[in-house]
Amino acid sequence: MSVKGKAYIVGAYEHPLRKAPNHSVSQLHAECAKGALEDAGLTKNDIDGYFCAGDAPGANVWSMANYMNLKQLKHVDSTDMGGCSYLVHVAHAAEAIAAGKCKVALITLAGRPNSEGSSGTQVRDRGANLPDAPFEMPYSPVTVNLYAMCAMRHMYEYGTTSEQLAWVKVAASHHAQHNPNAMLRDVVTVEQVVNSPMISDPLHRLDCCVVSDGGGAVIVASPEIAKSLKRPLVKITGTGESTKGQFAGDVDLVYSGAAWTGPRAFEMAGCKPSDIKYASIYDSFTITVVMQLEDLGFCKKGDGGKFVSDGNLISGTGKLPFNTDGGGLCNNHPANRGGMTKILEAVRQLRGEAHPAVQVKNCNIALAHGTGGSLGHRHGSATLIMERE
Amino acid sequence: MATPAQDRKLRDPSLNPGDQPYFDACAEGKLLIKKCGDCGKVHHYPRALCPHCFSGKVDWLQTKGTGVIYTYSVTRRGGPVPYAIGYVTLDEGPKMMTNFVDCDLDALKIGQKVKVVFKKTENGSSVPMFTPA
Repeated sequence: MSVKGKAYIVGAYEHPLRKAPNHSVSQLHAECAKGALEDAGLTKNDIDGYFCAGDAPGANVWSMANYMNLKQLKHVDSTDMGGCSYLVHVAHAAEAIAAGKCKVALITLAGRPNSEGSSGTQVRDRGANLPDAPFEMPYSPVTVNLYAMCAMRHMYEYGTTSEQLAWVKVAASHHAQHNPNAMLRDVVTVEQVVNSPMISDPLHRLDCCVVSDGGGAVIVASPEIAKSLKRPLVKITGTGESTKGQFAGDVDLVYSGAAWTGPRAFEMAGCKPSDIKYASIYDSFTITVVMQLEDLGFCKKGDGGKFVSDGNLISGTGKLPFNTDGGGLCNNHPANRGGMTKILEAVRQLRGEAHPAVQVKNCNIALAHGTGGSLGHRHGSATLIMERE
Repeated sequence: MATPAQDRKLRDPSLNPGDQPYFDACAEGKLLIKKCGDCGKVHHYPRALCPHCFSGKVDWLQTKGTGVIYTYSVTRRGGPVPYAIGYVTLDEGPKMMTNFVDCDLDALKIGQKVKVVFKKTENGSSVPMFTPA
């Protein structure tokens, strides 16, 4: 089912905190919900669809629905696709609205990994019964080395360099200097990135995203409701979701599921990569951005390193302004899941509400893309294309 | 500069039903993968159903224990000692996640020939790792 034009993002809110030791995770979810409702000009009683993922307490819908006392839900969805869950939720909300199942869908994300001492160099408990765990966990796969293995192979196959990857961080830092809430606001150079401590070859400390508390929420509504509100109209025009795995041993770490979700989203939206004025690209690590840009079709496969170089992602000077809030690399990465904040900055850009220093002129079409899980190995991918009406 | 591989505590594999023969073979110095009796294709990690054709006629196949490095990364922060994680492309075809040991971690190269060795986890289980051939 194409959902093109069948739903709108009417509310968006990003929690301002980056460290919230005295907030419960439930409180953060609810504060984000409240913020998004106020942004839209709606009330809690208008919500008839609710979406959350594994970051929600209990990893189910009913715990947060109960905490927020949502009493009129007609459609619920706790699809967990890791960090890109919320991009999937927007697509699913649009489908539910198009099918007449609900009219006002709330999507929330929140977490406190900063307060809880989470790090990308820790082995994470991934739960019981995982079929792959006995054959992987003795080797200590951690977030950073799983992505680093992709970067190492990408360098081998395509000649990508550490300096090219560093440009992704440099661009993010140029944007973050204008965001008062960003964790890292200092502009950095390529030299500073490649001279920062090596965490897991070839990824340096400054190739890695921040660990932050916080959260965000969006509200997706039917065209009728969207047009009754006083906010700029952000229409959903293209969606794509998929997973990619290790193919029973035929592992290929140099591309991601974006190679499938991107073309599907572009086809639904009826546009092409060169039409995109602003892109939110999941930036857990610099290599994540390079691979996804290639897979989405912004450049030829293998040319991502060249594409991001020389400031090409910096708003105002580059061809493809990206992550103008500073992204996960500089701004925030609440709950270790960056998909929500990717949607939020794309909505700001389409509304013309980004910081004036990074606002893209005539931003009428934007893309948000995310990866959840481990890039290349086992991951979810989701692409969202939105237009200003 | 060299970064010699050091011994480190290894997590015990949390076995699911069906996994025991693989680790029993490791204890005897053998690396197994699985092969389908219907479609003939091999796979790793081992499943009860062939992931290519869904046949239940899958059986263990002993590998030569040799292959080449597909990718790797030396993780230098976060653990008590640096360690090298990666994937090996086995001569039989499948790629498997592993660690590289008993060598200078700074000298690892993609495409390098490696051979299997077995290391003990905390509870004494044997797991396959690789070292330059």
